[in-house]
Amino acid sequence: MSAESLQFVAGGLTTGAIYALVALGFSIIFNASGVINFAQGEFVMIGGMSAATLFASGMALPVAIACAVGAAGIVGLMLAKFAVGRARRADVVTLIIITIGASMLLRGLAQIVWDKRIHALPSLSGHRPVELFGATILPQSLWVLAVTIAVVAMLSWFFGQTRLGKAMLATSYNRLAAELVGIDVRIVLLASFGLAAVLGAIAGVLIAPITFVSYDSGVMLGLKGFAAAILGGLGSFPGAVVGGLTLGLLESLAAGYLSSAYKDVIAFVVMLAVLLVMPGGILGARTSARV
Amino acid sequence: MGIIDRLRPATSLAGMVFALMVLGAGVAAAQEPIRIGSILSVTGPASFLGDPEQKTLEMYVERLNAAGGVIGRKLQLTIYDDGGDAEKARTFTKRLIEQDKVDVIVGGSTTGTTMAAIPLVEQAQIPFISLAGAVGIIEPVKKWVFKTPHTDRMACEKIFADMRERKLVKVALISGTGGFDKSMRAECLKVAGRYGIEIVADETYGAADSDMTAQLTKIKATPGLQAVLNAGFGQGPVIVTRNYRQLGITVPLYQSHGVASKQFIKLAGDAAEGVRLPAAALLVAELLPDTDPQKAVVVAYKRDYEARYKSDVSTFGGHAYDGLMLVVDAIKRAGSTDKAKVRDAIENTHGYIGTGGVVNLSATDHLGLDLSAFRMLEVKNGDWALVK
Amino acid sequence: MRASSRADARRTWWWATPRSGGIAALALVVAVLPLGFANGYFYDVAIQAGLNSIICVGLNLLIGYAGQISLGHAGFFALGAYGSALLAARYGWPPSLALVTAVAGVALVAYCVGRPILRLKGHYLAMATLGFGVIVSIVLANDDRLTGGPDGMQVPPFALAGYVARSDHAWYAIVGACLLAAVWLAQNLVESPTGRALRALHTSEVAAAIAGIDCPRHKVNVFVVSAVFAAAAGGLTAYYAGFITPSSASFVRSVELVTMVVFGGMASTFGAVVGATVLTVLPQALTVLKEYELAVFGALLMATMVFLPRGVVPTLSGLLQRGTR
Repeated sequence: MSAESLQFVAGGLTTGAIYALVALGFSIIFNASGVINFAQGEFVMIGGMSAATLFASGMALPVAIACAVGAAGIVGLMLAKFAVGRARRADVVTLIIITIGASMLLRGLAQIVWDKRIHALPSLSGHRPVELFGATILPQSLWVLAVTIAVVAMLSWFFGQTRLGKAMLATSYNRLAAELVGIDVRIVLLASFGLAAVLGAIAGVLIAPITFVSYDSGVMLGLKGFAAAILGGLGSFPGAVVGGLTLGLLESLAAGYLSSAYKDVIAFVVMLAVLLVMPGGILGARTSARV
Repeated sequence: MGIIDRLRPATSLAGMVFALMVLGAGVAAAQEPIRIGSILSVTGPASFLGDPEQKTLEMYVERLNAAGGVIGRKLQLTIYDDGGDAEKARTFTKRLIEQDKVDVIVGGSTTGTTMAAIPLVEQAQIPFISLAGAVGIIEPVKKWVFKTPHTDRMACEKIFADMRERKLVKVALISGTGGFDKSMRAECLKVAGRYGIEIVADETYGAADSDMTAQLTKIKATPGLQAVLNAGFGQGPVIVTRNYRQLGITVPLYQSHGVASKQFIKLAGDAAEGVRLPAAALLVAELLPDTDPQKAVVVAYKRDYEARYKSDVSTFGGHAYDGLMLVVDAIKRAGSTDKAKVRDAIENTHGYIGTGGVVNLSATDHLGLDLSAFRMLEVKNGDWALVK
Repeated sequence: MRASSRADARRTWWWATPRSGGIAALALVVAVLPLGFANGYFYDVAIQAGLNSIICVGLNLLIGYAGQISLGHAGFFALGAYGSALLAARYGWPPSLALVTAVAGVALVAYCVGRPILRLKGHYLAMATLGFGVIVSIVLANDDRLTGGPDGMQVPPFALAGYVARSDHAWYAIVGACLLAAVWLAQNLVESPTGRALRALHTSEVAAAIAGIDCPRHKVNVFVVSAVFAAAAGGLTAYYAGFITPSSASFVRSVELVTMVVFGGMASTFGAVVGATVLTVLPQALTVLKEYELAVFGALLMATMVFLPRGVVPTLSGLLQRGTR
């Protein structure tokens, strides 16, 4: 591969890792409730904005990050407790509209609590690019990739080994059966929103040094994260990573070799084609319809 | 289910909605104030324009009222946020004209929202001062439409003139997909030939893209490349600037007037060093020689804005300042708020000194600025410096 | 269109059946409402509410009755708008012919897009339609020589047989008539065999298929119908506003349309009208809140869906019914 194409790949991995991290949050909530959480991008924004403003006010970076992640987690729990949880018996589409309302509310609050400007956060290990075979990549991108992989490993452990994780997994397969064996699905819902919000905030903190953050930066990230989660197979954690990286690489390679103006169009067309061949996403479950 | 049952919720809702609309219509003032209407993109992708514009208008209307108003009447400011959506801007313009019965409209942060408002203000015959960039707003001249910001064509010309001086002729363009970016890109492509500039690459990126290395790698590989011009605003140009350094591209980088705020330097950090861009004198207020006619105006505006809002001044707020002051000046000269008289007074503005430059309007020129209004700036040691 | 069996049974009281009665009431509201309009701004908001209602009545057929979600309907709206605008402005077609051609074109596009992607289910279908909408909006924004790019393009006024529609009153009449026609068509479709097939496949596609219903065909048909409603509203919007931008195709706009349908109440044509009207008027009323507008709007939306989970109209009319029993 030439240095040029390696650079396209490096750029694609940077973007893809970001999408993957956002996509993971979608899959967690989907598993627990069957809902697409349109406020997932706002969790990312809250993480980034809180960390950026706390750091700017003089707080040490690790403390600011911890507070930001904690704050987002609380927001996630509140969303589950006071809104989604109350309408649990409603249609999935109704629940989705609730998350759309939540995303507006959170964006609206963010613009009042903070402001409408773009904020930056320092990188964890400097701006000096790392060189690999003639291509360059920012150290922060490597952080994003590494954390994404670590998060997937931790999620696998959580859902495979812990009691709460297994309960959440059981709920995702069959809610009624889970309730029958004594699983409190309200706790599962709370846990999934809390976990997804924490994950989203971690994503926000990690990507703010690359893409910056503003009160409305969650919208596009949410859209791309949703696309990545679907492409990989909704509900599958490895699928979220594969979907994110695939989408990022598609955009980057399309911009590099075909047309930067139509790179998103190309990415979406390829995605539609993939879905038509694999209607459950790349790593999605192959289930047959039941009556 | 009976017909009445089916109807009841619908009618009661209609009633509620109607009551809300009437409530929202606003309270009539005791005396007859001068009504100034404004549509701004305070939120949404163009909030970097609308936010400082709103703050500027609110601050100066307050100040003018504290000083006793204009021609003995208070000013009443009505601002609607269109979120950068042209369709909303059209509705709010209609609301300003028909519901709020404003005497004059300042605003339209973006070219799209301005163009949506123009047919309505022309039909209603209300003086309208746009705060958007595109040259199409005032060319061809429309009777009731004026604007304060330099056009994007002027920005291109200023940049290309600077490039020509530095003997940089093979230039790559990289721009965003937003209205501002695309309009400037089109104007730059149009005027490049006139300055002997050859556009050797033309790349774009999406509004919320997080990495532009693919586009810049392509540009880097373009043979004979001598300079790169980035048309855009928001975080896009900052990411471009950072990726530019990441890839080790060494030819000069030019940004547009879309990033004309100290915030750009803060966000881009070291990567911004050496970047050049055209901007109004406002950004370098303190650096201007005392002989500069604009110095007093821009220093005062900068001081007021930064003291009140504790944030860096941008040229966009300055456009709103100019728009409001042009209107106030015209109303004073007209001695009334008669729309035709105010319009004529605006058109006859001569030697008005604003943050954007010295304004000389006429029946054939509804902008009134020339290239001298733009200064070429370079980022040096984390601050703006005037290019001599 | 075939009349419903219930209308047949009570022919003398046709106007009192729920369906005809509903339309008669809607017609009455449309006719009486202008009495309360103080100026052109009220007409403007009402016209927009009407146009959104037309889209939502169509979208409700797809979401509410057939149970298929679309997050790309703004794409059809924009194609209808740009198709009408381009044919009229760039190629000098008569506006009415341009509108009809554009709508027919959109129907074709919807058929070609719908056939493959309607095989997808649930959120995968949502994603596919979302992708379609995004593609339309990017193409419209990028192809700036034809469409004027992100800053939009001017559209000539609507004219038919020498009559040029300019005034608010004329447009109110046009949109009001179109809305009534849309509601009438939708109601007839719902009561037709197709409507029953749609509801059957909403409940269980497999069961419907076993019962001999051609699910793919019905799904594609209703998808095309809903796209046609959106495209017609798009064309009318372009002529009415005299100006269009690619943001009319945006993802946010698609989400807004789905929100209107669910807010008003799924599987209720009048719910779609109420949802579209309330969510069109509400932002105008909320402007007094300035920077709190977005947060309050979001909170109101959440609260409505939490407390009226089936949507405004079905939940309220359900309550009323229980109260009168």
